[in-house]
Amino acid sequence: MTGMKRFFRGVRFATVLGAAILVVAACAQNPTDQAGVGAGTSATPGSAQDFVVNVGDRVFFETDSTELTMQSRTTLDKQAQWLGLYNRYAFTIEGHADERGTREYNIALGARRAQTVREYLIARGVEASRMRTISYGKERPVAVCNDISCWSQNRRAVTVLNAGAQG
Amino acid sequence: MPLLRRSPPFGVSLSRRHLLLAAGSVAAAAALGRTRPAHAVLRLDITQGTIQPVPVAITDFVAAAPADAETGRNLSAVITNNLKRSGLFAPIDQAAFIERIENIDVAPRFQDWRVINAQGLVSGRVTRQPDGRFKTEFRLWDVFAGSQLTGQQYFTQAENWRRIAHIISDAIYERLTGEKGYFDTRIVFVDETGPKERRIKRLAIMDQDGANVRYLTRGDDLVLTPRFSPTSQELTYMSYGQGEPRVMLLNIETNQREIVGDFPGMTFSPRFSPDGQRVVMSLQRGGNANIFVMDLRSKRTMRLTDTAAIDTAPSFAPDGRQIAFESDRGASQQIYLMNADGTGQRRISFGQGAYSTPVWSPRGDVIAFTKHSAGSFAIGVMRVDGSGERILTEGYHNEGPTWAPNGRVLMFFRDPGGNAGPQLFTVDLTGYNEQRVPTPGYASDPAWSPLLS
Repeated sequence: MTGMKRFFRGVRFATVLGAAILVVAACAQNPTDQAGVGAGTSATPGSAQDFVVNVGDRVFFETDSTELTMQSRTTLDKQAQWLGLYNRYAFTIEGHADERGTREYNIALGARRAQTVREYLIARGVEASRMRTISYGKERPVAVCNDISCWSQNRRAVTVLNAGAQG
Repeated sequence: MPLLRRSPPFGVSLSRRHLLLAAGSVAAAAALGRTRPAHAVLRLDITQGTIQPVPVAITDFVAAAPADAETGRNLSAVITNNLKRSGLFAPIDQAAFIERIENIDVAPRFQDWRVINAQGLVSGRVTRQPDGRFKTEFRLWDVFAGSQLTGQQYFTQAENWRRIAHIISDAIYERLTGEKGYFDTRIVFVDETGPKERRIKRLAIMDQDGANVRYLTRGDDLVLTPRFSPTSQELTYMSYGQGEPRVMLLNIETNQREIVGDFPGMTFSPRFSPDGQRVVMSLQRGGNANIFVMDLRSKRTMRLTDTAAIDTAPSFAPDGRQIAFESDRGASQQIYLMNADGTGQRRISFGQGAYSTPVWSPRGDVIAFTKHSAGSFAIGVMRVDGSGERILTEGYHNEGPTWAPNGRVLMFFRDPGGNAGPQLFTVDLTGYNEQRVPTPGYASDPAWSPLLS
């Protein structure tokens, strides 16, 4: 998945060169989804940065679909394992859609995607009380262009660790 | 002597009376000669597809005092712009005018207006009253019949001259087409600024011609899909604040806001009932969106749909008896109707593609929609039984139709995608006369107000 690769490339690049570059890279990709990423030079195990870099904070969906792909399941299995290990974190699952849908429908579609991830994590043993979901519909794309390479990155559900729980 | 006084909407004090010329001057005008029979009065049939716009001459309003000459020109300019944008009228360049109207109380020299092929002639006068208000008068003449079609006068505070220009535009439109106009109306929309991945969205309101833009929210919270109350100075819209995204009410005069209802999940896609007493909206529970209606006074809530699907974008019929909505209960998004109590749910769209955002025409006979098929997002209309589908505009990416109060014109937004942003457009019900609506920046989610007066 090219979106995933590009995302990680951005993060690693930033990690090596430090905090100033991180801000730039984050802007180019998505500022909100990386709010939890610290400015350290390596991912401390159990840190939000560790979650983003070594586990993967997001899964992607096919057009108009809320089904989890094999790759998404693998990512969510890792998320569940990590969240089980570091159970001090509460988190929000953000559901998103690409721009090729009407506004109201996309709000509901994003909610459905977030719900799919929520149910999967619960089935993998993560406590429901730690989670909340929110849908942004097509309002918060990470990739902005007019073709499929961007749309596929925007159809996503992102697990965002709540700030203030980094103990 | 005003014959009619109305409670002033938006603080406009407005009075009007019909203007009549002395019988003698009309008779004299009629005697100048006709090129068509007396019964063939100037009148447009606007139900046909392509319409040859009617040439009209709109003169600068005569100012009783030189200080008000600019207002006189501005009144004429706003009326000219309205009538031109409607696509039904072709205002004639003032440079071609032969007669200079100095006194609107005497009949114009019709021959001078026939020569430049004007079929209608608008003259007017603005007079500042001792109390500072404007008296604005206008007359609409049928040039070929040599007679006055209508004439009225209005009193208002000087700063409200634009509204008077819109009201006069509506009077001209109504006299010549036989249908209510839509110029004395406003548009609420979402103003968009900033990069696409961090768009700042603010509620904004403006006159239907793009003038008098005012921002209603500051951009701190993401706001979507504002809709006018048909009966009060209120909007309903969706807002992302703290916690769950919510349907809100906003009073556009006091700026007071309140959350609509206390629901255990996100609420979105709100719209008022025709009596303004209820809001119908979607409630998200888990993966399902269902439609609920809430009475704004009693706060009583009723569930209207109960499916494991996405049911959203509800829109009442103008008689309040039925609701159109979209649902993907049959796999792809399609348009459904139900009775106002949720019974009798049935699908009406069966064409190729996905149908969404149904909006019932104020006339009740058709439903506008967004249609997504093969990479194109079109705006179209269908009859309420789903037949007679017509596409009015298509391409990438049109969305979110809203009706002018007379049901003749639709506004929507078009977003070309990528880094560009959306803009507002209007198109006639016939599919002709597409026009961009001026806005200060990118704009989406327009909603047309009812007529203000």
